[in-house]
Amino acid sequence: MLLVLGANPLSGYAALIDGAFGSTKNLANSALKAMPLLLVGAGISVAFRTGVINIGGEGQIIAGAILATLVVLAVPDLPRFLLLPLAFLFGAIGGAIWGGMAGTLKSYAGVNEILSTIMLNIIAVQIMNLLLRGPLMDPGEIEKGSRIPHTERLSTNADLPILPGGTRLHLGVVVAVLMAVVCYVVLFRTTQGLRLRASGHNPFASLYAGMSVKRNVVLAFMYSGAMCGMAGVTLVFGSEGHRLATDGGATTFTGAAGFNGIVAALFGGLHPLWTIPASFLFGALLVGANALQRAVQVPAALILALNGLVVVFVVGSIQARLRLAQAAARMSERDDDPGAEAAGSDSAPKGADPP
Amino acid sequence: MTEFLTVSVLLATLASAIRLATPFLLAALGETLSQRSGVLNLGVEGVMLLGAYGAYYATLRTDSVVLGVLVSLVVGGVMGIAYGVVTLALKAEQGISGIGIFIFGLGLSDLLFQKQVGTPTPIDGLGDVAVPLLGDLPLVGEVLFHQNILVYVAFLLVPALWFVMNRTPFGLNVRAVGETPEAADSLGVSVNRTRYITIFAGNAMAGLAGGALALELGIFQQNLTNGHGFIAIALVYFGAWRPTGVMAGAMVFGLVSATVLQWKTLGIVVGTTASIVGMFPAVLTILVLVLVSRRTGQPSALTRPFQRGH
Repeated sequence: MLLVLGANPLSGYAALIDGAFGSTKNLANSALKAMPLLLVGAGISVAFRTGVINIGGEGQIIAGAILATLVVLAVPDLPRFLLLPLAFLFGAIGGAIWGGMAGTLKSYAGVNEILSTIMLNIIAVQIMNLLLRGPLMDPGEIEKGSRIPHTERLSTNADLPILPGGTRLHLGVVVAVLMAVVCYVVLFRTTQGLRLRASGHNPFASLYAGMSVKRNVVLAFMYSGAMCGMAGVTLVFGSEGHRLATDGGATTFTGAAGFNGIVAALFGGLHPLWTIPASFLFGALLVGANALQRAVQVPAALILALNGLVVVFVVGSIQARLRLAQAAARMSERDDDPGAEAAGSDSAPKGADPP
Repeated sequence: MTEFLTVSVLLATLASAIRLATPFLLAALGETLSQRSGVLNLGVEGVMLLGAYGAYYATLRTDSVVLGVLVSLVVGGVMGIAYGVVTLALKAEQGISGIGIFIFGLGLSDLLFQKQVGTPTPIDGLGDVAVPLLGDLPLVGEVLFHQNILVYVAFLLVPALWFVMNRTPFGLNVRAVGETPEAADSLGVSVNRTRYITIFAGNAMAGLAGGALALELGIFQQNLTNGHGFIAIALVYFGAWRPTGVMAGAMVFGLVSATVLQWKTLGIVVGTTASIVGMFPAVLTILVLVLVSRRTGQPSALTRPFQRGH
């Protein structure tokens, strides 16, 4: 792909790898880029395993960021140990509301969740633009007349503290890893997690077993949305400007994390713990891409395009491997009940099986 | 508001509604075709973006709108073949692979634009063609028959697609493959070949839809389509998988877009209110989907890969 774009691929990749892993500083930057991907990805794993496709990460990140920003603007003088948890809490609530809307629309109004989440993304961006150009605009910008659509510098008590070690790494990275572990525990070590996974694996059996699949779908969406909302909090309060800003475009301060997180989750086999290294890999790709852009003038949008291909290949290979396994199973069970294999393929989840 | 309610402005809005409905219509008709054969193509948005960029770039470099249109068709067709291989040969889950195509298109179109063009340079779009005789009609002629060529193509595709689906052996095969692929297969209809054709044609139309959008706006930018492709998929549900229903839905969205545009031009909405009207299409899509959710008629084999012996 680099060749097609008229760049030297060797020096390009060298720049990419050096930019991502070359020094402690670069490694830390990769981890910072990985942070929102991990939060989104771990949440997405929960949704996908419940059998719903949440591509509303962008909107949920924004919803969480807006609500957390509002809270911090309302009570800026709270001490940090209260204000930060409060910001995360309201970020999670904002994301959960936005995700819950898609879940409710799916469960109780029969609306395809892929379409509704995309539309909710567009609506969230517009609401953010509305707020940042209107009531939330930095008073300083209005005074200067430059009217850049962003909030004032948010309370320093809400800054995510920088971790020791001389890098830009901040507490958000720790929160992201912790939350991924929480996702794993919820999904694989609690009854509720079992219910969610059962709903995704075989909704009819779950229904007969007395579960409310509809409720589980809403819950999964709220859970997934809450994770995205927290990603929004880390992106705002961990940003260099410490404010919520928009460029008026489609992917604003999120840096397309809502989409890239899906890629990380799929790459991590929809397992919250495996999503940790997967996110780091894609975070490194993003940082490396910026170095690539400087070295051989290839725009960093390359990574989004590559990620699209990764999704297609991962999904394609999942089904191919599944079929190979089924074929092998058929060979060995030829003398057994012939109905078993048909049932096996019917219950194959929507590409949401771990590799 | 009063300046909006004059005959000339309303007529201009109506004419622009028809133009703006065209990308929705082309993409939604293509999606109808592939869904009727049992394949859900969620990559429309990505294919539209690539088609839009292709048309924009070709027109920018050669000043030939015709070449731009052709490029968008070819780009769509190529993406169709790729999507066919992924969903038919590899039997990948259609929902997620479609999202992959969307992300790929979003990234690649932006990448190529930044690399090859950089600064947004406007291009001359398609010129209007007046239909002889009909174009001379008062009022109606001005609104309906002074449009660019892609508008006519899109609206003529509505009866054409209806005819193909309901009055030709191929259309019967498509519907059979979409409802009960096993039965179609047992009668000697090649399920996958039929689906390859519908996916190819459907994606070519999505590419063309993107081209129509870029040439209508005369510009390209990151995420130019901003949900057009996904709205087109919603229109297929709204239209209950029938070309005429899809056309009605496309007109509704064309009208909304045209009204929003006209209000912005007239200065009825400025600043922050522009964000509110910018939400209209998305909110409308969700409302439409809620309204039509009880509707039946979805092809039974939608999203189900075909495998012999099951």
